[in-house]
Amino acid sequence: MLNLAFFANPARFMAVSRWLAPALGLIAAALFALGLWLSVSAPDDYQQSDTVKIMFVHVPAALTGMFAYACLAGASFFGLVFRHNLADLAAKAAAPLGAALTALALVTGSIWGKPMWGAWWVWDARLTSMLVLLLLFLGYMALHAALDDEAKAARAAAILALVGAINLPIIHYSVVWWNSLHQGESIMSGKLAPVYLGPLFAMWGAYMLLFLSLWLVRTRSEVFRRRAGTAALLAADRGSVA
Amino acid sequence: MTALDSGKYAAFVLAAYGLSAFTLLALVVDSLLRTRGWRIKAERAKPARKP
Repeated sequence: MLNLAFFANPARFMAVSRWLAPALGLIAAALFALGLWLSVSAPDDYQQSDTVKIMFVHVPAALTGMFAYACLAGASFFGLVFRHNLADLAAKAAAPLGAALTALALVTGSIWGKPMWGAWWVWDARLTSMLVLLLLFLGYMALHAALDDEAKAARAAAILALVGAINLPIIHYSVVWWNSLHQGESIMSGKLAPVYLGPLFAMWGAYMLLFLSLWLVRTRSEVFRRRAGTAALLAADRGSVA
Repeated sequence: MTALDSGKYAAFVLAAYGLSAFTLLALVVDSLLRTRGWRIKAERAKPARKP
């Protein structure tokens, strides 16, 4: 079983993430190359024509954006309950990545929606709950930036993140609970033609690994930022004593 | 001419792929530059050891 306490030590995290982040990035790049090749080779859909290929960038962005929020909420929980600094830094590092992926899912969905639905945007349950997810990411980042005291900012933002986690099942079940223009769950239910599963899973794997790699990189950035701040404070303190 | 720009809705497909590539590349570049910047600042701010 993965021992989270093992990685909770900042020095150990920095040592492991130093090689793990580029390794994950390289695997992600290889998967992107494979996924892109499979995507352009995939046949057109009999109803959606070539727009079906937008699925290979839209669905992975949406799923990875949701995964990013789950990571943010999980790290916020550890930071809030166990008062662990590294968990706070990891939560903060996940927010901009998740926001970018969710925004990408919304925009690529809109590009897909125009030729298929005849509209760039509809106030549909799935689209609206994804927009709420983007606003949660932005709200989290804004709250972090608004408070000067980092510990207080992390606590307030963590509470927002945990409350906002209720939106994840809402996004998932939105196409079941409400009448939706958005298509229903089609991967696990077997409704998606098998020929599209290869490119979809390759691209999904690439997005997930890229997110994990960049999450490690950005958490390292937060650790360096904290170290620079601490060192500057120590230097100022030493100067005032002298 | 690739399979991406040969269909009826090629402009939409290319826009989605282009935007995705741009966003992901921007995330990679921003993350790497940010980390490099803070690493250099942390190393510079490291207090000198006592002799």
